[in-house]
Amino acid sequence: MTNEAIKEFVSNALPSATFDESGEFFTIQIEAVQWRPLARLLHSAPYNFDYLFCLTCVDWKTHFTNVYHLTSTDHRRAIVVKAKVDRNDPLIETVSDIWKTAEFHEREVFDLFGVRFKNHPDLRRLILTDDFEGYPLRKDFEDAVNMIKL
Amino acid sequence: MYTETQIISNSNDELVVNVGPQHPATHGVLHLVITLQGETIKKVEPHLGYIHRSIEKMCESLTYRQFIYASSRMDYLSAHINNHACALAVEKGMQIEVPQRAQYIRVIMDELTRIASHELWWGAMAMDLGAFTPFFYAFREREKITDIMEETCGARLTMNYMVPGGVMTDIHPDFQKKVKEFIELFKSKIDEYDELVTGNIIFQNRTKGVGYLSKADAISYGCTGAVARGSGVSCDIRKLYPYDIYDKVVFDEILETEGDSFARYMVRMREMRESVKIIEQLIDNIPEGEHQAKTKAVLKLPKGDFYTRVETARGELGVYIVSEGATTPYRIKFRSPGFSNLSALDQMARGGKIGDLMATMGTLDLVIPDIDR
Repeated sequence: MTNEAIKEFVSNALPSATFDESGEFFTIQIEAVQWRPLARLLHSAPYNFDYLFCLTCVDWKTHFTNVYHLTSTDHRRAIVVKAKVDRNDPLIETVSDIWKTAEFHEREVFDLFGVRFKNHPDLRRLILTDDFEGYPLRKDFEDAVNMIKL
Repeated sequence: MYTETQIISNSNDELVVNVGPQHPATHGVLHLVITLQGETIKKVEPHLGYIHRSIEKMCESLTYRQFIYASSRMDYLSAHINNHACALAVEKGMQIEVPQRAQYIRVIMDELTRIASHELWWGAMAMDLGAFTPFFYAFREREKITDIMEETCGARLTMNYMVPGGVMTDIHPDFQKKVKEFIELFKSKIDEYDELVTGNIIFQNRTKGVGYLSKADAISYGCTGAVARGSGVSCDIRKLYPYDIYDKVVFDEILETEGDSFARYMVRMREMRESVKIIEQLIDNIPEGEHQAKTKAVLKLPKGDFYTRVETARGELGVYIVSEGATTPYRIKFRSPGFSNLSALDQMARGGKIGDLMATMGTLDLVIPDIDR
């Protein structure tokens, strides 16, 4: 399973996807709407990326990037998918039915970044209280009481 | 977190029971909302965040030397290993070569931490099932490890001993002697543990066939550590992606295939023996030399993202750093093992009896600050 093979495989399905090989893992960059079809492809044969070991989000001030770290337990190979999410209307489809671990991780991202996951079975705040206002891991989050500016 | 009014019973003859947030068996502040039909568990819903400190946000304003100390406060029983992960992440980004001596010391410390952590888990797990004596036995030996740690690192729980480039200070002159004494003592004690609990028929009846997690589910829920290895998933980071000198030591990855509470218990018991094996190979061969590489006063990671993982006592800890080339990380994410392992609890407990829930939860080895971060 080489980078080239994955590139060709993904390009056939999603021609607009771009790739980045400079980092530690092979990275696929896509738009939010392309994520679910790609997730289905990656999870099924021949690559079987069956293990989602990290799911997080990065606030780039102009947009969000949802970062998915995937591994295949058969091939022992990891790849990263970065999906660009609109900051004004952060919405991306859930993958909690494909990888069950995503259910908790997506709730965490929703809680801390305010990214909504379409069709998520139980999208509520996970860590913070239900009545908490704002999304603390966003770069423009202000909390006069609990935050100390260095 | 959960702030709604709790339903006591609903129209389907189901009873809602709250365990926690303050409960002895949750080993911290975790709130479980359990839906019961009679004695049978229909659903377990964990509510977290009671000790959420937003360590990830805090780290965004801490430098690469400072943020390591915050990580000790996540999984406090694996403080050394958390520090190790952060140090490795910075070293990877800056391509710092760590001296051999430091690598040996780090691995010995990691394994001592793993033994200490597993001992605490063993005592607490037996206590969850109503056996009180093992807790004292476990703490008796664990005390020896914390004494060794105190002598070299100056602290017993949050050591903050590993820094980018190596370890903070050289080991105490008595370190090797004390560790060897401990290993000799521990080898006889671990047999005692097996006699006391593992072979106990009551204990076996309460854990065998309980809390089953299939291999496919363990992968899907992103389980790591003893929870995944108890279901036959090979996931030991020390073997798969060796760091420091783990590729030079001989040890086995412990796998059990039953997937029940007893399998997870056995993985940890056998892992302690492997840790002893690793320490024995290293303790007499610590090379002479520097204990810390020369590093710049101000560390700056190049632009890009870096993911480092280590095997803590609970599973895979991933440190994901997004750097913009500044002195502080732009974004940092700790992929904590307990968080994913906890999400599988519902799957394990569903269909079982309420009385078995604590046995199942005991084998998850949850440390709440690690989940809440």
